[in-house]
Amino acid sequence: MKEYPVLGNKDTRSGFGDGLTELGKKNDKVVALCADLIGSLKMGDFKNNHPDRFFQVGIAEANMMGIAAGLTIGGKIPFTGTFANFSTSRVYDQIRQSIAYSDKNVKICASHAGLTLGEDGATHQVLEDIGMMKMLPNMTVINPCDYNQTKAATLAIADHHGPVYLRFGRPSVPIFIPEDMPFEIGKAIKLVEGTDVSIFATGHLVWKALEAAKELSEKGISAEVINIHTIKPLDEIAVLESVSRTGCAVSAEEHQIAGGLGESIAQVLSRKKPAPMEFVAVDDKFGESGTPDELMEKYGLSTSNIIEAAQNVLKRK
Amino acid sequence: MHEQTKELQDFASQVRRDIVRMVHAVQSGHPGGSLGCADYFTCLYKRILNHNPSDFKMDGIGEDLFFLSNGHISPVFYSVLARVGYFPVDELKTFRKLNSRLQGHPTTHEGLPGVRIASGSLGQGLSVAVGSALAKKLNNDKGLVYTLHGDGEIQEGQIWEAAMYAAGNKVDNIISTIDYNHKQIDGDIDDVLPLGDLRAKWEAFGWLVIEMNGHDMEDILSTMAEAKSLTGHGKPVMIIMKTEMGQGVDFMMGTHKWHGSPPNDDQLASALGQLKETLGDY
Repeated sequence: MKEYPVLGNKDTRSGFGDGLTELGKKNDKVVALCADLIGSLKMGDFKNNHPDRFFQVGIAEANMMGIAAGLTIGGKIPFTGTFANFSTSRVYDQIRQSIAYSDKNVKICASHAGLTLGEDGATHQVLEDIGMMKMLPNMTVINPCDYNQTKAATLAIADHHGPVYLRFGRPSVPIFIPEDMPFEIGKAIKLVEGTDVSIFATGHLVWKALEAAKELSEKGISAEVINIHTIKPLDEIAVLESVSRTGCAVSAEEHQIAGGLGESIAQVLSRKKPAPMEFVAVDDKFGESGTPDELMEKYGLSTSNIIEAAQNVLKRK
Repeated sequence: MHEQTKELQDFASQVRRDIVRMVHAVQSGHPGGSLGCADYFTCLYKRILNHNPSDFKMDGIGEDLFFLSNGHISPVFYSVLARVGYFPVDELKTFRKLNSRLQGHPTTHEGLPGVRIASGSLGQGLSVAVGSALAKKLNNDKGLVYTLHGDGEIQEGQIWEAAMYAAGNKVDNIISTIDYNHKQIDGDIDDVLPLGDLRAKWEAFGWLVIEMNGHDMEDILSTMAEAKSLTGHGKPVMIIMKTEMGQGVDFMMGTHKWHGSPPNDDQLASALGQLKETLGDY
């Protein structure tokens, strides 16, 4: 089985910050807005390098989304930065009307998504954001898995015309995607080939899926691991091609079971290739305070949960 | 009366005919606020804006931009856009009908020239206008940004977020107007949610505030000229425009009841009897 050495450990939000710094230097249409979280979003370099193209809007996220929409009218490519909860549920109507329905080229960049935000607790741990954003017509939804992929995604979305939701996180996690791996919006990446079960993972769960595949292989189960960084538009061809060979699927994501990646995959399979499927996701619960690892364990998002889901789905083939 | 004022009044009269005919045709839409803002729109699009109706471009580089934040008064917006040349006047027939570019509330989604943002869900237009004003500054573009808001609309919190931002960041290339007719769907503003001292509120938020009579063409023109002269001095500009909901149609005035109700056949005939056809009905 193909292995991915750990190249280091870093938070995915730093991938966003470094990607934005690079974009600032090479594309003068790129502007950035932040709602009083410059440090958390790693936007400090962009702010310092391009003070004229950086807008501190204060704790007023609705206004930030509207200003971003307006900046596009003058040809700018705005990147908004705040926590995932305040990037979505707090400003859903602003995104819906002023950005998505109005066809505005805004990049909504959201950090501290999911349970791994940790000790701040459920008020900040948004687990519904993928669902909310993928339901909006015209919206692209991306959830990269490590520092390198988040940086590559940040660069890629500047060249994509249209609204994008880019979701990343707070904790330091393994870097395992090679720096030079191409990032193509809407194109899934087959990380490990397998024949018994397809594991579709996004965000922080991709590394855990790789760990699970390794353990499964030691138990004689050949798991395929597919990194779905773009939840919308979903790479349906990659999903169907893999499940056609393995005959069953597991989805893994740091999100509610309702509205997430698993739901999108299940929809494709039920329409075009019905197959048994299991879901590794939060089961209709709010999170709580705790360390990221404790929370992932308690809410069923750990490596062992993916292994168990794979074993269960195999029995249903 | 000045020749210029007569021409504007004739234009506004035709716009008012369009408004009542449009909402009557589909038995839906918002005539009250539309009639109340017909004179403002007439002056803005005929005399104030530096714009290019025959060659609409989304980015509006070098032009003045207008954002309608209270999107429900789309009838007056559409009528004026059509009659100054953004799209064929005949298209007003399609208002609120299936497959039309003239949606119930304005949108960019169907590609209607003259519209740069969707509005309808209230309170969002000022933020968008501030963003476009910031882009103009970055582009060294001397064009100005105009907005219109309903008085009820400013009960939305986002308006005040944008107000605070614009003043705090010296967005001084924006001229906003509030349609102060004291009415909203459920009744008088003072009965629903009082706005208090509107002028003092905007001044406290750091805006330059002037007032005008929204039914006096000469006052509108001179106040808008004054507003323009106030731009570029470090503060955004707010015009509190006193209007009458339903202006021009006697039975629609002095009440909030025509905010979102269309006239029946007899009421249409009565309304049209009060509004001179000056430029030809669509």
